[in-house]
Amino acid sequence: MTLSLAGVSRAFGGVRAVDDATFTVGDAEVHGLIGPNGAGKTTLLNLISGLLQPTSGRIELDGERIDRLPPHRVARKGVARTYQNIRLFAGLSAVDNVVVGEHQRRRAAFWRRLCLFPSARREEQAAREAAEALLARVGMRERAALPASSFSYGEQRRVEIARALASQPTLLLLDEPTAGMNPNEAAAVARLVREVAREGRTVLLIEHNVRLVMELCHHVTVLNFGKVIARGTPAGIAQDPAVIAAYLGEGP
Amino acid sequence: MGQQVLNGIFLGSIYALFAVGYTLVFGVLDILNLAHAAVFTLSAFIALALVDAGLSLWLALPAAVAAAGVIGIVLERIAFRPLRGRADSNISGLISSLAMATVFEAIALQIFGPDISRFPPDTFPDRVIRIGGATASLLQFCIVGISVVLMAVLTLLLARTRLGRQIRAVAESPRAARILGVDVNRAIAVAFFLSSALGGAAGVLFGLAFNSISPDVGRSVELKGLAVIILGGMGSVPGAVVAGFLLGLIEVFTVANLGSSFRDAVSFAVLFLVLVARPRGLFGQAATREA
Amino acid sequence: MSDLFLAYESLIAFVFINGLLALSVYATLSCGQLSLANAGFMAIGAYTGALITLRAPAVPFLAVLAASALLPAVVAVPLGLPVLRLRGVFLAIATVGFGEVVRLFFVNWDYTNGALGLVAIPQRTHLWTLVVVLALSLYLFGRLRGSRTGYALEAIREDETAARTMGIHTTAHKLSMLVLGAALAGLAGSLEAHHTFIVSPAGFGFGRVVDMLVQAVVGGTAAFYGPVVGAAFLTVLPELLRELGARLGLAPGPFRLFLNGAILLVVILYLPNGLVSLPARLRRRAREAA
Repeated sequence: MTLSLAGVSRAFGGVRAVDDATFTVGDAEVHGLIGPNGAGKTTLLNLISGLLQPTSGRIELDGERIDRLPPHRVARKGVARTYQNIRLFAGLSAVDNVVVGEHQRRRAAFWRRLCLFPSARREEQAAREAAEALLARVGMRERAALPASSFSYGEQRRVEIARALASQPTLLLLDEPTAGMNPNEAAAVARLVREVAREGRTVLLIEHNVRLVMELCHHVTVLNFGKVIARGTPAGIAQDPAVIAAYLGEGP
Repeated sequence: MGQQVLNGIFLGSIYALFAVGYTLVFGVLDILNLAHAAVFTLSAFIALALVDAGLSLWLALPAAVAAAGVIGIVLERIAFRPLRGRADSNISGLISSLAMATVFEAIALQIFGPDISRFPPDTFPDRVIRIGGATASLLQFCIVGISVVLMAVLTLLLARTRLGRQIRAVAESPRAARILGVDVNRAIAVAFFLSSALGGAAGVLFGLAFNSISPDVGRSVELKGLAVIILGGMGSVPGAVVAGFLLGLIEVFTVANLGSSFRDAVSFAVLFLVLVARPRGLFGQAATREA
Repeated sequence: MSDLFLAYESLIAFVFINGLLALSVYATLSCGQLSLANAGFMAIGAYTGALITLRAPAVPFLAVLAASALLPAVVAVPLGLPVLRLRGVFLAIATVGFGEVVRLFFVNWDYTNGALGLVAIPQRTHLWTLVVVLALSLYLFGRLRGSRTGYALEAIREDETAARTMGIHTTAHKLSMLVLGAALAGLAGSLEAHHTFIVSPAGFGFGRVVDMLVQAVVGGTAAFYGPVVGAAFLTVLPELLRELGARLGLAPGPFRLFLNGAILLVVILYLPNGLVSLPARLRRRAREAA
């Protein structure tokens, strides 16, 4: 799935959180979105996933315009995301969180449940097994039944990634997925992202971990004060004077 | 027409006084205090009991108001403070205040009975004043006067005193206020005292104005109060004042033109209109809808 | 034995009716929406049922009940669409407003005798009717759990924004629950009207929906049967303690109110997940002590 943004802006009152952003993410690409804090990266993700509407510009998935769609319709196009501040369902167990993520793939058929058809029981069983398999993929299988609120940050992020994968998305938006993780956890997430891209999914990744970005991403877009200041390969933007100035100019 | 305006101002002053306390607590704690109307009722009964016992109204009124303030502090301590920090604190706070309201109503019902009580006939001098072609009783004038004075005092207190600044700071962000050295518990307690004192004053004035006090008298005012704070903007004291007078005027004009069966319905029509068209009301902050 | 049963038949009937009403509030609470409109829906259902029975006595009771559930459900849609967008306390206030408007409508409608209401409604509600209706409702909610819809509702309750980005049409789900709650409340209203012979606006005020909410919360909203437990508890307890109240010199009205308030306060402060969470709490306490 390809994602393209053309002239996307989002203003809050007088402040332009995102200013005329234009870039493209290719099919099955791992694309990094980096920039100093407050550069507008999360706002961009909110615009793509439909939680915000752009004040101008277009956002397209495989050529189809999505910027006027409500979030649940964007999700139905195959978009899934994680959140910078982690938005797990705290009162639910890890496996239940992931089952919710499967919402789009499950069949509704409530009347079958009402009539106690065995197919309904099988469907529920299959949903749970799929969820547990996803948790295994992120290394959280043993903690499946525990409440999400009992996990460490790193563990919660892993569950959130599993939940995002549950809808079998074609575009995965990850907002700082390795924040709060130790190097081993972060490396595991990097491996997972690579696998996911090899499966044919497109990944847009906000990250502060520069080394991770360099290793994982095919292309990178750099944001500062809401504007795109550089686009290119990781090696290329590392040399870009504008990028260096943006990061160094930010102070310690 | 002038008569209607006068009546509207009179009614509106009581609504405004009641609503100001309601909105103050919401602004500070983000919780709807549904026990506010019960304090309104209890205060009216306390004033009545004092007057029946021989006390002059001019002493009974401040005494009842002070008692209401104290009830407010007790209310905060029992029903709201334990819930602070809980994730669902605005819904559980609402339920907790409901519980206290029920307890207060039970107390009022037990002590004073379900029937309507009235102030003794000589509680207030029975004089009439004419302005232009309109008439108003001295009582009505005094009620408007007292309401306006109380609301002005509150506004000045919030705007000019250190305590008022602290309360406003807590309303903005309790965490930031604490970091800045504000005694958050005390600020909240004071806010409750002020809120309930004003609600209590509204209760006594209402009781005097309509000379009809019963345990469920708070119920209808409570619901009108909701319309006022929504119209004015949740958490905005000036909003509650303006909206209170506005609603009083709207109600009086509606009764004059459409008949008294629409008197209460018009408040809810206003409520709906505001919530559907502009949920934050006249002076409120945004963020009344989901993301 | 059957004398005892007859004496308590009305109490048992009210346990079931209140259980149904508490479930109707639970419908929206289960997806995190505090909707206080159900006294209004109950009124619509009660008056619908009473009017049909009184004006067209040949209509079978089942059809009457169906109409009593259908009309509030239909009304719930134009109410829900604008109002479900509002957050927390604003939704609560808007729905309270709706309930009041409905009550005022019936107070002022001459066709239904305004504030006096309708009387002499034949007693068509039997105990077994109530049992069946409540059992079916509980079954419905029980089957909801574990289903795709059930998971979606829990997600909406926990974090509506995150739920939306998972493809869950949150407005449709919330509206469905509002409609379901309205149907149940209307049904309960009609069942009550055909049990108590009368229907009057006084029974459908803010206090009524507060009762429903209190029963649901005291019972516990984490489990689908919680509200029914709460309804049973709060309907029966004042009766059991009536002796005690009289002994203490308290009038029955205030005593009942006081009990409701005190129990609600204790539950919300110390047992926020309601009575149904008590066994698990005690077990945990015992384990920690061991």
